[in-house]
Formats: sequence, structure tokens, C-alpha cells
Amino acid sequence: MSKNAPACAPLRLHVPEPTGRPGQHTDFSYLHLSPAGEVRRPPVDAQPAAIGDLAFALVRVLDADGNAVGPWAPQITPERLRFGLRAMLQTRIFDARMLIAQRQKKISFYMQCLGEEAISVAHALALDEGDMCFPTYRQQGLLMARAVPLVDLICQLLSNQRDPLKGRQLPVLYSVRQAGFFTISGNLATQVVQAVGWAMASAIKGDTKIASAWIGDGSTAEADFHTALVFAHVYRAPVIINVVNNQWAISTFQAIAGGEGTTFAARGIGSGIASLRVDGNDFLAVYAASRWAAERARGNLGPTLIEWVTYRAGGHSTSDDPTKYRPADDWKNFPLGDPLARLKQHLISIGAWSEAEHQSVQKELEAEVSAALKEAESYGSLADGHVHSAASMFEDVYEDMPAHLRRQRQELGV
Amino acid sequence: MKTTPMTMIQALRSAMDVMLERDANVVVFGEDVGYFGGVFRCTEGLQKKYGTSRVFDTPISESGIVGVAVGMGAYGLRPVAEIQFADYVYPATDQIVSEAARLRYRSAGEFIAPLTLRMPCGGGIYGGQTHSQSPEAYFTHVCGLRTVMPSNPYDAKGLLIASIENNDPVIFLEPKRIYNGPFDGHHDKPVVPWSTHPQGEVPEGYYTVPLESAAVYRPGSELTVLTYGTMVFVAEAAARESGIDAEIIDLRSLWPLDLDTIVNSVKKTGRCAVVHEATRSSGFGAELTALVQEHCFYHLEAPIERVAGWDTPYPHAQEWAYFPGPARVAEGFKRAMEK
Ligand SMILES: Cc1ncc(C[n+]2csc(CCOP(=O)(O)OP(=O)(O)O)c2C)c(N)n1
Ligand SMILES: [Mg+2]
Repeated sequence: MSKNAPACAPLRLHVPEPTGRPGQHTDFSYLHLSPAGEVRRPPVDAQPAAIGDLAFALVRVLDADGNAVGPWAPQITPERLRFGLRAMLQTRIFDARMLIAQRQKKISFYMQCLGEEAISVAHALALDEGDMCFPTYRQQGLLMARAVPLVDLICQLLSNQRDPLKGRQLPVLYSVRQAGFFTISGNLATQVVQAVGWAMASAIKGDTKIASAWIGDGSTAEADFHTALVFAHVYRAPVIINVVNNQWAISTFQAIAGGEGTTFAARGIGSGIASLRVDGNDFLAVYAASRWAAERARGNLGPTLIEWVTYRAGGHSTSDDPTKYRPADDWKNFPLGDPLARLKQHLISIGAWSEAEHQSVQKELEAEVSAALKEAESYGSLADGHVHSAASMFEDVYEDMPAHLRRQRQELGV
Repeated sequence: MKTTPMTMIQALRSAMDVMLERDANVVVFGEDVGYFGGVFRCTEGLQKKYGTSRVFDTPISESGIVGVAVGMGAYGLRPVAEIQFADYVYPATDQIVSEAARLRYRSAGEFIAPLTLRMPCGGGIYGGQTHSQSPEAYFTHVCGLRTVMPSNPYDAKGLLIASIENNDPVIFLEPKRIYNGPFDGHHDKPVVPWSTHPQGEVPEGYYTVPLESAAVYRPGSELTVLTYGTMVFVAEAAARESGIDAEIIDLRSLWPLDLDTIVNSVKKTGRCAVVHEATRSSGFGAELTALVQEHCFYHLEAPIERVAGWDTPYPHAQEWAYFPGPARVAEGFKRAMEK
């Protein structure tokens, strides 16, 4: 049997490692950045096979001085950009305040999206009313951009008597149908293929709505993600598949999800899906790429996969301490910077914003978030026991409560 | 052998350490398991000690984790894979049910799947529906799988070593609420550490707790209680608070199980209650109840009682109304005594 085998060294297992661990300095050259304005913008009806290069480039609009440059610079009014900056700022302030509330033991658990705000906020601006997002736990920016009342969100976080989800879900796993925000599952990757199904339904019914699916770099390893690509391609589903590559999945570097030597956008190419790789910290690039993908979807031109390159600046959740597995100052060295600072710089440079206005809006938003927290707290919290009744636990398992659940509810005496 | 006080986490780590040292075929992997040492820190330090070819991080793909474990096991390794939470094992269902469990049978013993799948299970940590489930019954129903659930550090280490050495696929469920100390369901009382409990004293080296062997956790004369995991301590509290002299049997191996210990006890007491945290209907308690009925019918003085989680998903805010705590378990004991 071994006759054909040439003499060779023993095999060994390759296990990818990040270039930076605690106390070291990450070498971010693995990101392969393109200069702002340099990547071509194909027409929306381009054939996926003809634009494979875009999956390995990086669409960027804002240059180092805050100028919008190149073919992807979008048509968008300063008013919309000001609204976007405000929503990003609100997201960041909300996250910071809720982290404190978690530390004060007012809420049991929290997940922030620090550093990733541009992706969900700008994407929301590129969608239309009626479109449905299938988000993960890190797209609270979609809710801010759609002006969902903060009190409702905080009641969910507090799991109190006004929690719209009746205390059933962990904090952050919102569901806000009227804002185009699908109920978040705790199980990763399951919802990308559901988004494809939602989009197929819109096509089956002859509607004009599209779906937008969200997944993290780490979660693209799940089979459901790959299944979603196949279904999206086969039925040319009107869906945008957003892969938020924030470089980390809890303690695991993106190379462990398969990012080494390739890109997550490249996953789409093999499936025949138009795929872009975009600077996720560049508000204008996010908006432009999202518009491009939405136009394709709405024009019966099929799905688009977009890899958003960004960085998870905070811990995975309040249960996580990232200094245990990556350099503490990693975000500072991340070459794509802070999305908020970059849009602010752009707006100031076009004369549509000022430092003074920034300060006053920040104060205003801080007051708004504090007031919302105060009001929500007046409806109780998990900590003080003012939660939905124990009896409500038996509701919604089925449409009509079967006899065995009624018996169990009686046994509990509620 | 020298013993040390250990938490369940330390005991599990020690079991993997011992086996990585003894057997070059043992490999340990899972999500966040390598560099970081697992979200519950069960594998902390093992990658540093044994290198990245023996202890490593995996992509987030439970079907992938179990699939590669089947391939490695068939090659001759002894994979010990971690599923981050038992609630996330479902993507691996096909690899477990159709593949790992049947490899030996369908190849008439040509290929085997000697893998151990560790996974934290159970509630009591405000984890909501995706960090609280007790899915043991899905696995006990599958022919060819072994399902194990320890209730203390000593058993955790001994059972994990026995599972790793066993040539069948083992589902190894770890009740996360008792990782750091026994929990009797009184959530408003201070946490008790394992260092105060005799079963928290763990030998440092190699030993096993045999599979298919139950333990009489508390001897008693009036009522046999069949339980496992966290509920062992809840049942103990219920016995204490109700004044019923219950014989509490910690099954340890759920399937295949130690029927003799169960039957001998029920024949002695004439009464039986089955207690688990998992939802009631078609739960593992249904199998236990049937077995007792089949083997002890003429010794029973009352119907067998079942106390379990309600038949709803695990809620976040109503956790303690959901969890079958000592009061609810004691009510069940009383019903078993009345009739
Ligand atoms: C099926 C499944 N497996 C594992 C987990 C546990 N888990 C929760 S978040 C997470 C990391 C996800 O990383 P990524 O997809 O990159 O998203 P990010 O947190 O970076 O936004 C893991 C492993 C889960 N929720 N579901
Ligand atoms: Mg990530």
C-alpha cells in the first residue's frame, strides 16, 4: 500500500493564531486595505461572476481627511448624515449607560456594539419601510435609526412588567416587528436562512419588500449560513446578507472562522452571489454599498453578500474580559478608526456640523437616555421582582393553551 | 492518593489533564476552548501544557465539531469536544444521532466513535431559554449513545475519565449551576462552595467512577427518589424540609443505567418519586417511571410521582417560578406518601 508514498516529513496540524495576544502588538496588515476611492463601482445589474475582485478589495469612501472620494461616494443629503451621526451617538450613549446599569445590577446582562455603530445605522437608512431585518444581538443601531422608543427597549433589558417580551428573553434579544426588526434568536446563524425565506415569500407574493440578514464572522462557520447562500442564489432571493467581521468571536480570532488567506465576502462568490467587502467604519461606504445591494434586491437582480470590516471594540458581553486574549489597546491601533469620529470629521469638513453642536447633541442624548432609564425603572425590574406574572409563563407556548399546561399552571397556584 | 478540594470546573479540568497526559490519543477542542480555556474555564491552561495540536479552538459549528470528532475517533483518537452550552448542540443532531451513535452498529464494529461530548446544561443562572436547557431526554432516546450527568466534583472527574476511556460515544452533561458549589434551590441564600462538601475533595491523579452505576446519595426508608445533577441537592433539601426519610438515588449514568440500585431501593421503600429539571412531558422521568412500574409494581404502595420543569421554554424573568425548587419537590414527596 505504501509503495506509492514518497518519503516525506510527518504531517502536522495547522491551527491559526492572531498576530497579537495580550502584551503584544497586532499586525493588522492581514486586513489588506484599499485606499479610499480606489475600488470600482459596477452597475447594480453586474453579473456576480464579473465582480469577483470586489470580494477581495475594500470599498471605502472617506479618506484620512474626511473627504468623500471615488465612485462609491453616495448621493445623500447633509440632513440624512446629521441624522445618522445622531443615531450613532445615541447608540453609543445608550450602550455606555446600559453597561453601567448592568454593573449596578439593574439589568442582568448586556451586549454593546461599540465601534460597529455605522454599519447598522447607515444600513437602516438605506432600507425602506416594510423591509425586514433579521439581526444579531449587535445591531441596536437599527433600532436607534428607526427611532424605537428607548423606554420600550430598556423595559426589555430590565425584564420588568412593561417588557414587551414578557420577561421571556435575555436582555438585548429584542423583537420589534413594527420597526422591521425580527425576534433575535440566541442560537447563532439560524436566522440568515430565515431571512432568505422571508425574501422568497415577498417574491412569491409579488411584493416589493426585501430582507436583510445579519451574522457575525464567527457564526459564518455554521452550516445554516452556507445553506442560506445556496437558497438565496437558487431563488435569486431579494435579500442582503450582512457579515459583520469585527475580527473576534468571543475569544476566537476571525482566522478560526476561516478568514485566513481569504475574506468572508469570498464565501459569496463560490455560491454565485454578488459580494462586496466594505469598510464598516466608514458611514458613507456603508450607506453606498447598502443602497447598491438594496437596489439589486428590489430590481429582481438577486442577493448580495456584504462583508463589513470592523472591530469589536468592547468585550463580547458583560460576562467577557477581552484583555485575557487580545491586546488591551487593539482598537486604538485598528487601521479603520472610529466610525463616529470619522463621520463627524466629514460633516465638520463640509460645514454641516460643529464641535459645539456635537457637545450639545451629546448632552441632549445623554439626558434623553437617562430620562428613559428612569421612566423604565419606575415600572420595576428583575432585580426588584416587578416582572410579568408567573402565570404569563404558560402563555404563547401554543396559540390556545392545552389542558396539560392549564393543569400545570393550576399546580403552580397562579 | 493525595486529594485536594476542587470545584466541579477544576475537577473536570483535572480529568482532561490526567487523560491528555496518560493517552497521546486524547484531544480536546471546542469553541473558545484553546487559548482562552473555555467560557467556563474548564480547559484553562491545557493548550499551554499540551500544545495546539492536542487542545485547540474550533470554528463556531457544532455539526462540524461533532463531525470531525467522529472522523478522529474512527481514526483512533479519543476526542473530548466541548459544546459551549447544551442549548447549542442541536446543529450537531445529525452527526450525533445518525452517525456517532450508529457507526459501530452499521459497520459491524469495523469503525467506532469513542468520543466524549461535554456540555454545560441546566438553569438557575438567569440564562433564559438558550442557556438553561436540560436536553438529556433527546439523547437517552438514541440507541448507541451513553448519557452521563455528574452532580459533584468527585463524580465529575471520575465519570469524565471513564467516559473518555469508553469506546462508545458519551454525552457528558454538566449542570452549570453547581459548577462552583452545591445548589439546593434556595436561590435567595448565600452560595455554598464545594470546599465545604465531602464530594468536593478530589484525588489529584487517575481514578474512575464506573459508568452504569448509580449512587445512593442519601439513604432512607420511606421513599425512593430518582434524580440526577443539580436536583440531587434540591431533593435533599426537600427531604430535610418535609421530614420525609427519602432515599435519594443519584443516577449519574442516565442511559444505560443501573437498574439494580433503583429496583432494590423501591422494593425496600415501596414508594417512588422522580425528579428532574427538564420539562415534564416525554422527559427522562417518563422512562424511569415506566421502569419502576415494570420492575416494582407489586411493591408499590402509591402511584409514582413526577416533579419536573413546566412544559414551557425556560423563561428569563420567571426563572424561580419555573425551576422545580425544594417546595415543589417536597409537595411531590408528600403526594407520594399520602396515597
Ligand atoms: C449555535 C450557537 N453556538 C454557540 C453559541 C455561543 N456564542 C454566542 S455569541 C458567540 C460568538 C459569535 O461571534 P460572531 O459571530 O463573530 O459575532 P460577534 O459576537 O462578534 O458579533 C458564541 C460562540 C451560540 N449562541 N449559538
Ligand atoms: Mg465577530
